[in-house]
Amino acid sequence: MTTLAILILAIPLFMFLLLGLLGMKMSHKLAGWLGCLGMGTTLVLAYTTAFTYYFDPEYTSEIGQRLQVLLFNETWLQFTEKLVINIGFLLDPISALMLVVITTISFLVHLYSLGYMEGEKGFQRYYAFLSLFSFSMLLLVVATNIFQMYIGWELVGASSYLLIGFYYTKHSAVSASKKAFIVTRFADLGFLLGILILSFYTETFDFITLTSNPDAVLTRFGGATFMGASALTWALILIFTGGMGKSAMMPLHIWLPDAMEGPTPVSALIHAATMVVAGVFLVARMFPVYLLDFDATLFIVCVGGITAFYAAMVACTQIDIKRVLAFSTISQIAFMMVSLGVASDGMGIPSHHGLGYMASMFHMFTHAMFKALLFLGAGALIHAVHSNDYTAMHGLRKYMPITHVTFLIGCLAIAGIPPFSGFFSKDEILAACYHWHPFIGLWMSMVAGLTAFYMFRLYYLIFWWKEHKVEHGHTPHEAPLPMRIPLIFLAAVSVVAGFIPFGHFVTWDRMPYDIHLDLAVAGSSIGIALVAIFIAYKMYCHENNAPAKMKAALPALWDWCHHRFYWDELYMFITHKIIFGLICKPIAWFDRHIIDGTMDAFAIVTNKASYAIRGLQSGQVQMYVWVYLIGALLLAAVGIICVF
Amino acid sequence: MDYSQFLAMKQEIGLLVVFLLVFLYDTFMPQRSGKALPVFTTVLMLAATVAGFFPCLLGTGSMSAFAGMYETSPIVCAIKGVLNIGVVIVLIQSYVWADSAPMQQRRGEYLELTLLTLFGMYLMISARHFLLFVIGLETASLPLATMVALDKDHYESREAAVKYILTAIFSSAVFMMGLSYVYGLSGSLYFNDIAVNIASQMSPLLIIAMVFVMAGIGFKLSLVPFHLWTADVYQGAPTSVTSYLSVISKGSAAFAFLVILAQAFGTIYADTWEWMLYALIVLTITIGNLFAMRQRNMKRFLAFSSVSQAGYIMLGVIAFNVTGMASLVYYILVYIFSNLAAFGVIQAIENATGKLSMDDYKGLYKTNPRLSFAMMLAMFSLAGIPPFAGFFSKFFIFTGAIAQRSVAIYVLVLIALINTIISLYYYLLVVKAMFISPDECVIPTFKSACSERLGLWITVAGIILLGIVSCVYNWLSGIAVM
Repeated sequence: MTTLAILILAIPLFMFLLLGLLGMKMSHKLAGWLGCLGMGTTLVLAYTTAFTYYFDPEYTSEIGQRLQVLLFNETWLQFTEKLVINIGFLLDPISALMLVVITTISFLVHLYSLGYMEGEKGFQRYYAFLSLFSFSMLLLVVATNIFQMYIGWELVGASSYLLIGFYYTKHSAVSASKKAFIVTRFADLGFLLGILILSFYTETFDFITLTSNPDAVLTRFGGATFMGASALTWALILIFTGGMGKSAMMPLHIWLPDAMEGPTPVSALIHAATMVVAGVFLVARMFPVYLLDFDATLFIVCVGGITAFYAAMVACTQIDIKRVLAFSTISQIAFMMVSLGVASDGMGIPSHHGLGYMASMFHMFTHAMFKALLFLGAGALIHAVHSNDYTAMHGLRKYMPITHVTFLIGCLAIAGIPPFSGFFSKDEILAACYHWHPFIGLWMSMVAGLTAFYMFRLYYLIFWWKEHKVEHGHTPHEAPLPMRIPLIFLAAVSVVAGFIPFGHFVTWDRMPYDIHLDLAVAGSSIGIALVAIFIAYKMYCHENNAPAKMKAALPALWDWCHHRFYWDELYMFITHKIIFGLICKPIAWFDRHIIDGTMDAFAIVTNKASYAIRGLQSGQVQMYVWVYLIGALLLAAVGIICVF
Repeated sequence: MDYSQFLAMKQEIGLLVVFLLVFLYDTFMPQRSGKALPVFTTVLMLAATVAGFFPCLLGTGSMSAFAGMYETSPIVCAIKGVLNIGVVIVLIQSYVWADSAPMQQRRGEYLELTLLTLFGMYLMISARHFLLFVIGLETASLPLATMVALDKDHYESREAAVKYILTAIFSSAVFMMGLSYVYGLSGSLYFNDIAVNIASQMSPLLIIAMVFVMAGIGFKLSLVPFHLWTADVYQGAPTSVTSYLSVISKGSAAFAFLVILAQAFGTIYADTWEWMLYALIVLTITIGNLFAMRQRNMKRFLAFSSVSQAGYIMLGVIAFNVTGMASLVYYILVYIFSNLAAFGVIQAIENATGKLSMDDYKGLYKTNPRLSFAMMLAMFSLAGIPPFAGFFSKFFIFTGAIAQRSVAIYVLVLIALINTIISLYYYLLVVKAMFISPDECVIPTFKSACSERLGLWITVAGIILLGIVSCVYNWLSGIAVM
């Protein structure tokens, strides 16, 4: 197992180095297939590891609890006796789950890109970056300590930056990549501060030490407070800030819609299925510590709840299909966050046997599958019509039957219609919310209804509405085979994944239990979803003026949603006007005039002095001798005066 | 008579043997075999160098000869060995020049005079009596004037020689005058006796005597204000002789200066020569730098650069401790490699194209990348940029000075540090000209001779390795004794 673990990390890293260093000497085909081969091998190894872990009784204790296994854990940096940073491989239910998710999606994206990216400049570079990303993400999820996670976290951010800016000649892609990097880095500052506070008190980075004995953590903090909140709350909220950045929670969500400038398969891999759930994973990993502090969990629930609603509203008005999916992703991740939050009852005990925790992880799994499916489907559509806007797509169902069907499955799954996977996971989340507080339950049910509405709005506008009379110059065609395989595979998974008895695999205390459908919650949520779909059908299936009328009826609301509640403008105002204008400009002035001025003056004086003494070197020997003699005598004279 | 005392002089004797063999070869071998003379000399010098290192490695203590007039010790052997290495590199770099048409007649003279002046420097270093020191000093100075004039078909070379001989004679006269005062005050010319006798009597005359003695040796080191000959002579002399002057002559004088100040005048350190040297160092580093900034001729540029480097070397003297001595020898060693790398490039370019101006170096990287890299490393090392050897030599010499633990010395080191920044400016001017300047390539691509390349490989390896291999300095600081 240890060998497998090392290989799982080593192969993607090796592929990155191989393709990065030698890629330019390879043909596109070779580089692409090498990338797929590498990822395929990793996939097989990861599956083997995960299946062995889940099904081999060796990894379960006598009372049925799944064990946390350190496959290896080597000292990497030793600062002091206690403060040690390790690099290792922690195998437990959630890291095994993530291994499966990451390698599956990554492999499918590798495969899909063979078709999607065909003939692009920098094809080899693209595959090198994909490998780097996969490596970083794997490093993150198997982290044995919070610092290793941070390393993976930053690497993930860097490779995301590289991939968003893949079309580096395109201005919008470059600024999107910068935006993503800066916003997430800013959030990571909070993460780092949180890590430092936490490790300052607990004197450890190690996850197992932290989570296996939360009471000890509490004792170590010993009631330390800062600005009215306990130090533990600060640490946990700051750590969560890092998660907010990566998982695009409000108000740090602004980078994700822009990140859609990257190639679509990248959006599927990074900005839908894997990297953006890192924040959720982080909270899940630290869950026993979060249980200790109700303020922090409450904060998570509030941020998640607001973000979910906000993103769903915005998604209803976007034109660019990738942006709709991006906001949908934000909303769904917020679901997972809320779900994790409601798993805590505020008294250090998980509410309802940690149902929310299990539901969150379940939804993370199903969401990864159907959201990747939707993104890859969107990629196929964009590939066919060469535009991101649904206005260029109407009525594509006849031309792209496979894309149509798979996209519909994706929509049904995310809308929560049984028997598709999204139904089961979302039902658990809603049930957990209702158990925690009815208000949260109602709120999230409403968001779920919105989800169904905007997804079917998108679906009808793309595949129905009024068909364009072939105006693209060519008839839209179905995607090539390497792109179709991942679509079909993911669609199949989205159909059946809901029947996995998830409670047997992933629970907060690693004790398996059976999950039951909550019929009241399930029934009501199906009802809401069906109503939402029906409204979408009425408004968008056939060409009519209902959307225009609605827009006219609620102009202000539509405007705010369409402009994403002017968050970007607010950020622009804060950065440009306040930070640049009031802080940076004076500092720049000081730098230019005072600091540079001092240095310049120094240089000018030196130069002047050099110019002034040039006469000394006249070329005449008589003069040289005079200077010699006078110099010696002066020295002697000064000496005599000083000493006597 | 105890003949075993000659054993102490084995390095001098070895050098004399080399000199005689070269002389005989030059005189009696047929004309056409003269071509091999430089190689022959180099090989012999190499052998003498290796042989000279043995007593050092065996860790013998100090030995004296001629009733204490002559003394040697491991660190003295080390500095002589260092100078030998420098001479070997200078010789290798001068093959092309020594082979040129006008030099074929004078090839022997060049080599013999080089060896002879080196012999004089040996005596300067080992002398513990001023009589022997003066003999060494003159042996090292007078033939140099001839060497400067070796390019006698060139007006500049002759002019430089005249300037050199005139100022050298003047300087010797001043030195002798100072020495006569010293003799008058102490009644002896032995360093040890002088130290004992003058310890108790401070007088204005002693200060004048000290100043004159320092001026005499400061001339050889080209300390400001006794440096004015440097630029003209360095520029006019044949480049091989310039490089010899700038590293070997300077290195030997620096060590001899340290020995004289420490042994003959060590008892009056605080009262006299500490602040004298202080003033000279500040003047030397600053004025050397200020002049170097404006030079466009590469040889003149390096002349002023070597003036300011001499100031840094003097920090090892003013430190007046064992660390200072070890770091001084180390500094000279590193300086030999760095400066000779720069001169090697200059010579290669001069031999191929005759160009000597910094403006001609523009775009050199495009046409001759390897030479540019060698030059860049030399400049970085001279400026003291890590990880090259020059950084460590500066670091150690500052460390030695700071070990004095007086505020004045802290200020001095600070001034030296500020000057390092100024020096960085003009060293980088050369690098900028080669690498960044707009693409007007004056110098075409050319293939330098084998010997030139060999010389550059050796010096560049030295620049890099001496920075990394810490055992060299450790070894030096292990054998240094005041």
